[in-house]
Amino acid sequence: MTAPVLAVRDLATHFFARAGTVKAVDGVSFDLAAGEILGLVGESGSGKSMTGYSLLGLIDPPGRIVAGSIKLAGQELVGLPQAELRALRGRRMAMVFQDPMTTLNPVLSIAEQIRLAIAAHERVSPAAARARAADVLGRVGIPDAARRLDAFPHQFSGGMRQRVAIAIALLHRPDLIVADEPTTALDVSIQAQIIVEVRALVRDLGTALIWISHDLATVSALAGRIMVMYAGRIVEHGPIGAVLRAPQHPYTQGLLGSLPSRAVPGQDLVQIPGLPPSLAALPAGCAFRPRCERAAPECAAAPDQATSGSRGWRCHRPLGAGAA
Amino acid sequence: MAEASPLARFWQEFRENRVAVASLAVIVAIALVALLAPWIAPQDPYDIGKLVLADARRPPGHAGSGGYVHWLGTDAQGRDLLSAILYGLRISVQIGVAAGAIAFVLGAALGTTAAFLGGRAEMLVMRFIDLQLSFPAILLALVLAALLGQGKWQIIAALVTAQYAYFARTAHGAAAAERAKDYVEAALSTPMPARAVILRHILPNSLPPLIVVATVQIANAIALEATLSFLGLGLPVTEPSLGMLIANGFQYMLSGRYWISIYPGVALIVLIVAINLVGDQVRDQLNPRLKR
Repeated sequence: MTAPVLAVRDLATHFFARAGTVKAVDGVSFDLAAGEILGLVGESGSGKSMTGYSLLGLIDPPGRIVAGSIKLAGQELVGLPQAELRALRGRRMAMVFQDPMTTLNPVLSIAEQIRLAIAAHERVSPAAARARAADVLGRVGIPDAARRLDAFPHQFSGGMRQRVAIAIALLHRPDLIVADEPTTALDVSIQAQIIVEVRALVRDLGTALIWISHDLATVSALAGRIMVMYAGRIVEHGPIGAVLRAPQHPYTQGLLGSLPSRAVPGQDLVQIPGLPPSLAALPAGCAFRPRCERAAPECAAAPDQATSGSRGWRCHRPLGAGAA
Repeated sequence: MAEASPLARFWQEFRENRVAVASLAVIVAIALVALLAPWIAPQDPYDIGKLVLADARRPPGHAGSGGYVHWLGTDAQGRDLLSAILYGLRISVQIGVAAGAIAFVLGAALGTTAAFLGGRAEMLVMRFIDLQLSFPAILLALVLAALLGQGKWQIIAALVTAQYAYFARTAHGAAAAERAKDYVEAALSTPMPARAVILRHILPNSLPPLIVVATVQIANAIALEATLSFLGLGLPVTEPSLGMLIANGFQYMLSGRYWISIYPGVALIVLIVAINLVGDQVRDQLNPRLKR
């Protein structure tokens, strides 16, 4: 295996709130290779978005990265001053936000926003910027891109705006793109189109992509590898097919079981009982224990990472049975 | 995709409101005659040498010694009222627009910067503005006009000091809302300088409410200047503005010489009402919450 584009080790991001310390990200480690797509899933509040923000150094006070290391193409990002992080953001690493309604400036034309995004990192003539804007819009599947350069965001649909946001993220051909629930605000047919396009783009450009989502369906269609987060920790990770076919962690199984498509008509939808724990007051031992139907006395101690081939999980009582 | 430019669409919508269009026409007409006053007024009301006391306090329609008819009568110094009103409107429009524009720039810069910086600087600036807004604008303008003395620039300075706070508060609210949006955060996370983020991203998106405040505040500046002049704190007596004309005619009202006060008053009211009507329409169009 070649050297990873992104290497994260024991990353911990805590928020120091009045109510106590919130461990939003609590010891996360993973590698990501060029051209690889990683799906990061979990319930709301599981720490998946905070992991993404931490990677780009976008954690605002009262939060901060308290421990760990993030290496982007060998360069350590943790502890880097803001000015140097700014020079990297948008150029070596980029982000796509959830809501395409607020990611674009409503009073600037698409071409001008793209020009500003280029000019933030390099000197560029207006004509060259236009050509690049047209090129990159065409790449993300905007038909007739050259003629729509002077359109304003309100003349674009939500799906088109999200494509523009993805196009801006791709402008400088970054090593890493973090997409935070980028298709959550879009309808399913648009989601499907964007997923197909993103897969092709990542393959062509060799960008590493982290796709944060709570939607297992889009992640399974897109990602090669999946990480399941719960209470700030990765509870299970591995190749997407293997994890979804034979989940080891009861939480992963619970997420899969909650998919409405797996429901039997006439029966109530399956739910994971209870709510995610408060990150300020995590239960001792396995954080999932209070909601877990397989909980046993040994779960009072925090489970260690178990590894098997390319898969891993944190559980004392994995589902096992035919697992890799 | 033949999309009309935002400005053209704005005008198309504006055109649907007849009252607003008529008001805009009135404003343009007033601005024109005010600007052209030295060429179209029958008399130079500021040239004391041309005033004839024999023509003083004549009713509208009086054929004066200058060889022309005083259509709106004359004042106590023998000034042709039509000429005085045209020159008075000139002063009112100049002062209103200048004070409004300066207050706009100062207030917008202050409010936007405060919203951008946040924290203690924002709190300090905005609490000071709250404090100032708790005093009536006329009180502040009166004190300043009394301190600074008479003259056009002194009056403008007094009006700006009394009015920039309205712009600052509006700009602050709008800019604080934009500041929190993803595209501003994104721009700030790149090497784009903060000044450029404010000018390219935050300010243009804060403009709609500021434009609405500007129309109202220009009308207010004109009314304030008239009030100050009426109270004798405005411009010198030799250059009567509308407020001073009204004040000068005031003492003759009860003796039946209504025209000295009434006609300048009518001119003032027409101008202010027209600006406000246009302002109302602009506000309706720029406020997304009032969109049908």
